[in-house]
Amino acid sequence: MRLYFGHTLQMRKKRNDGGLVKARTGINGLDEITNGGLPAGRPTLVSGAAGSGKTMLAIEFLVRGAVEFDEPGVFMMFEESAEELTANVRSLGFDLDDLIARRKLVLDQVRVERSEIEETGEYDLEGLFIRLGHAVDRIGAKRVVLDTLEALFAALPNEAVLRAELRRLFEWLKKRGLTAIITGERGENSLTRYGLEEYVADCVILMDHRIQDKIATRHMRIVKYRGSSHGTNEYPFIITTKGLSVLPITSLLLEHKAGTERISTGVPTLDDMIEGSGYYRGSSILVSGSAGTGKSTLAASFIAAACARGERALLFAYEESASQIIRNMAAVGIDLGRWVKKGLLQIHASRPSLNGLEQHLVQMHDNVKEFRPTVVVIDPISNLTMEYDRAVKPTLMRLIDHLKVEGITALFTSLTSNSAAFQEDSEVGVSSLMDTWIALRNVEIDAARSRALVVLKARGISHSQRVMGFGFSKKGVEIHPVGPTLAGDGAVPTAAGAKREWGVNTPPSPKKGNRERASKAKNGRKAKG
Amino acid sequence: MTTEKKDQKGPVAEWQLRLYVAGGTPRSTTALRNLRRICETHLEGRYSIEVVDLLVNPQLAEGDQILAVPTLVRKLPEPMRKIIGDLSKEDRVLVGLDVQPVRTT
Repeated sequence: MRLYFGHTLQMRKKRNDGGLVKARTGINGLDEITNGGLPAGRPTLVSGAAGSGKTMLAIEFLVRGAVEFDEPGVFMMFEESAEELTANVRSLGFDLDDLIARRKLVLDQVRVERSEIEETGEYDLEGLFIRLGHAVDRIGAKRVVLDTLEALFAALPNEAVLRAELRRLFEWLKKRGLTAIITGERGENSLTRYGLEEYVADCVILMDHRIQDKIATRHMRIVKYRGSSHGTNEYPFIITTKGLSVLPITSLLLEHKAGTERISTGVPTLDDMIEGSGYYRGSSILVSGSAGTGKSTLAASFIAAACARGERALLFAYEESASQIIRNMAAVGIDLGRWVKKGLLQIHASRPSLNGLEQHLVQMHDNVKEFRPTVVVIDPISNLTMEYDRAVKPTLMRLIDHLKVEGITALFTSLTSNSAAFQEDSEVGVSSLMDTWIALRNVEIDAARSRALVVLKARGISHSQRVMGFGFSKKGVEIHPVGPTLAGDGAVPTAAGAKREWGVNTPPSPKKGNRERASKAKNGRKAKG
Repeated sequence: MTTEKKDQKGPVAEWQLRLYVAGGTPRSTTALRNLRRICETHLEGRYSIEVVDLLVNPQLAEGDQILAVPTLVRKLPEPMRKIIGDLSKEDRVLVGLDVQPVRTT
């Protein structure tokens, strides 16, 4: 629970935007894009096609209201049955039967069949009002959902009566001070098929579920919010095992606390390069490099160091199986197997498949929530991003932000295609989200392949600008100086020929060296700023 | 049933009708008057009427799925049938209840 709802408890209703009182939904991300929740004591229209998630949003609004804000709710359904709804949301961890037993929730199923109804004269829908009013009074409800009210149009023959009664219903809801969600089917040229938006003027949310680049994505948009500022973009959302999760791309609050605690990189010499104390706890680290540069090994060192401190670490591996990782790391003296046995390390090895990104991220969220690690490694993040570049960035941002908020230190490796230079533009463009960026590359020195490492940036840390030699032994990762660098640390070269090959200390004549140096100098500047 | 009113002419009526209203509005009164008249004309001696005021017994609205008022529910003979409105259109009431009209000669 803490992950999603931690700070919402004390802020049940938030007064902002010129005195408009808002009722927090408690739905992950929705309160951010609505700038505090739905208009309290007023109806909100949620429109979308079948399967767009309207009912899920509505029931979660009630469940969270009842559980987190002590606002009981009435769910009046016109299409589904109470049993169906209860079964459907059980997968979200919502136990409606329990809420009903605790008088926090009433499910009222309204069944109307046109074939059953013969009109014999004048009538109104007072029966509906009485029913709703009775349910509200029974549990002292503050929230109401009508899902989907438009079913009445199919059921009742007299549209004029119905429209007049709907107008009265919305007035009634307002008069009773009920915060309500009315769902409606998306119409072809209008927000709802029967124009419900005409009656609900305060807040309108549009939901949809569409296929984009063969990937189904769900989106949500605040079409209208009278008297309030709100996010205007389309926000992707996912339905997780804990309910809806809206990804408010542009309104992410950068509120996470930045600690000053440092944790070891797992490699003492690398710690030395970043003020001798390692990464900030809770920061995000990117390790980029082409194939075989040692990204996974660097990540494994970091994991091993965390486990050695008695902390829990979670590794998402997309290229090797768990046993393969353990075997390969053992070969360079990093014993991950023992941490797995001790229960301090969990390895989730999988291939995120083409249509599985949404599901996969859900899985990751869940794994993090369950295992509660202090360190998370994704190796490599580029596997998540290759096939769905457009969809993935906000999702990654969300994930990274989520980890930060939780104070989890996250290390991502990224496979870059170009082996000749330190890649400045990682494909995903996630580097801007990263606090520390370490680049690795292969170099060839006198017909032998060798590895190099440089810290491209480290926010809040005055880090070494040196390009270092980097290798493995049976004792793990070894980092050693290879020559004087642009930053002029003035160390003595230890690897013969290195300075010539890397072009870091040669006159600006060779083409390759020139380009690389320019790139490095730029990175150096960037990192400082 | 607290608000119950029976015009029963026998031990078990062949036609059991239940009229849902919301308070003593003119429309409720009209509906009940119309219902009595129709029953007397076409179902004499074979019916019972029960009036449920939802303002008094709101919990009863759920059981018979009442939305509109007035609503007349034919409990017997089965199957259950429902008609809405103030019952002023007699022919529709007869169709809705599936009553064979008594022909006046």
